[in-house]
Amino acid sequence: MKIRKQLNNDGKVAAFFLLPSLIGFSLFYLIPFVMGTIYSFKDGAVGGSFVGLFNYKELLASASFLKAATNTFWFTAINVPLVIGISLILALCLHQTVMFKNAIISSFILPIVVPVASIVMLWQILFDWNGTINLWMMKMGFSQIDWMKSEWSIVVVSLVYLWKNIGYNMIIFLAGLQNIPKDYYEIAEMEGAGRFFKFRQITLVYLTPTMFFVLLMSIINSFKVFRETYLIAGDYPYDRIYMIQHYMNNMFASLNVQKLTAAASLMVLCILILVFIFFAIERRYRKFMS
Amino acid sequence: MKRNTLIRKGILTFSLLLMAAIMVFPVVFTLSNSFMTENEISRHYPSESESQQDNAHKNSFIHLKLIPDQFSFEQYKAFFVKKQSFIDKEQSNMKFYGNSALMVIPIILGQLIVASLAAYVYGKLKFKGRDTLFLVYMVTMLMPFQVTLVPNYLIADKLGLLNSFGAIIFPGVFGAFGVFILRQFVMTIPYSYIEAAKIDGAGHFTIFMKIILPLIRPGLAALVVLLFADYWNMVEQPLIFLDDPSKFPLSLYLSQIIQDTRGIGFAASILYMAPMLLIFGFAKKYLIKGIQLSGAKD
Repeated sequence: MKIRKQLNNDGKVAAFFLLPSLIGFSLFYLIPFVMGTIYSFKDGAVGGSFVGLFNYKELLASASFLKAATNTFWFTAINVPLVIGISLILALCLHQTVMFKNAIISSFILPIVVPVASIVMLWQILFDWNGTINLWMMKMGFSQIDWMKSEWSIVVVSLVYLWKNIGYNMIIFLAGLQNIPKDYYEIAEMEGAGRFFKFRQITLVYLTPTMFFVLLMSIINSFKVFRETYLIAGDYPYDRIYMIQHYMNNMFASLNVQKLTAAASLMVLCILILVFIFFAIERRYRKFMS
Repeated sequence: MKRNTLIRKGILTFSLLLMAAIMVFPVVFTLSNSFMTENEISRHYPSESESQQDNAHKNSFIHLKLIPDQFSFEQYKAFFVKKQSFIDKEQSNMKFYGNSALMVIPIILGQLIVASLAAYVYGKLKFKGRDTLFLVYMVTMLMPFQVTLVPNYLIADKLGLLNSFGAIIFPGVFGAFGVFILRQFVMTIPYSYIEAAKIDGAGHFTIFMKIILPLIRPGLAALVVLLFADYWNMVEQPLIFLDDPSKFPLSLYLSQIIQDTRGIGFAASILYMAPMLLIFGFAKKYLIKGIQLSGAKD
């Protein structure tokens, strides 16, 4: 009885404190989200009638959507493992005593706050047809590469993504490493465990929860690379870096609401599946740990 | 053995420093180039079309240049003086600074208030359906902006917010990110503190003001930095919600400035990132703490 009363009390206060957030959140995030899903099954945003999966069929038949989706998929599939690998190695290096440790960490997280719009000039100078990188290539005996207008453009965008995201992941890994009790390593050492064994059996195992989070954030951030691509290459960049967000933005500009909402819903579905897979694996992992 | 470790340490430190240098290079480069004269910039970095015309000549490559021939504040002066012309009016570059500030500051202040209240609820109060509701917040937080583009546009239209800063400010204020981060900080506060205050007769509002808020101050600081980094940098929202380019924030207009008046691009870039760098310098500790706690599991 007492617990129940307590619960109700909390409930009232909770509602009061939560009200501003709940109203705004519903209006600007939740309702649009539901509306978008409904539109994707209709033939017009305002006053349209239901057409079932028609929009999805149209969408999947559209070459530019498939291109954008494939590009986004490969960009994420290649860069996420890359950024996690690099930032984990860096975190392991910085977990020991290193000179200038603080300065190094600061340098790596600086890109988080540096707006990409402000380094576009450098980008143009480096990757232009007559840019500095091509100058170096020529000097080393290679031929010039049209960086922004060839298959290589994906490499250039990947560099921006890595530059921007390595520091973020690295400091999360650092925190994860600091939370592993030192005794584990000491015990393992007493039992004669080698360096590789310690890394695999202690470091990686205890870093797994952190790894889940980093993986999820890296995937989410890989979808945000549109911002950078847009600033460097505009509305219609070279084919190889035409991302799903370009597609959605351009569908919006051409008022093709059906394709846009269908594409958005498909993307939401993919993200949701990912999230649930992660949660499922994590739950299993937690059971395994305890 | 000893010598080997020493060499290993040396190589490690050297490669780390090298990578760190690469990370900061874009900022250093932009800063040093911002002190070149406009003349030197246009001579040294011809715009794309010019360089294509030069294609016939050999050695028309653009060299990366770090040290200006002549150290000057010309670009900075020009940035403040130059006006951008629009169809019906002229506008100084400073106005875009103002646009950015007028959008970013209300978002940060608003989200601090709304999110800290909500974070207290999600972190410390118990009621039915709490965790489900929080999960809904989290899932929407993960969605890219484009996903709700159409409905958001329609709602902004209904509320009469289109082509005004409100269309960007309101969704910003109610973003779930602040709730998520601050909840992580609220959860580190032991329940015993709250129990003790209750025994002393404190109500929930007093507990919030006197215990929660002071204890999550590092979290609030972290949120300010992270929100600032995100919204000072925004591209998608103004692109969709603002028709009138004279209302654009600096983040979006900067690429225009760079294209039109290449000579002052570097100084404009530095002035644009200056507030970010200042905050980074003062609140780096909180930024690190905020990011690390965001990854901590509850």
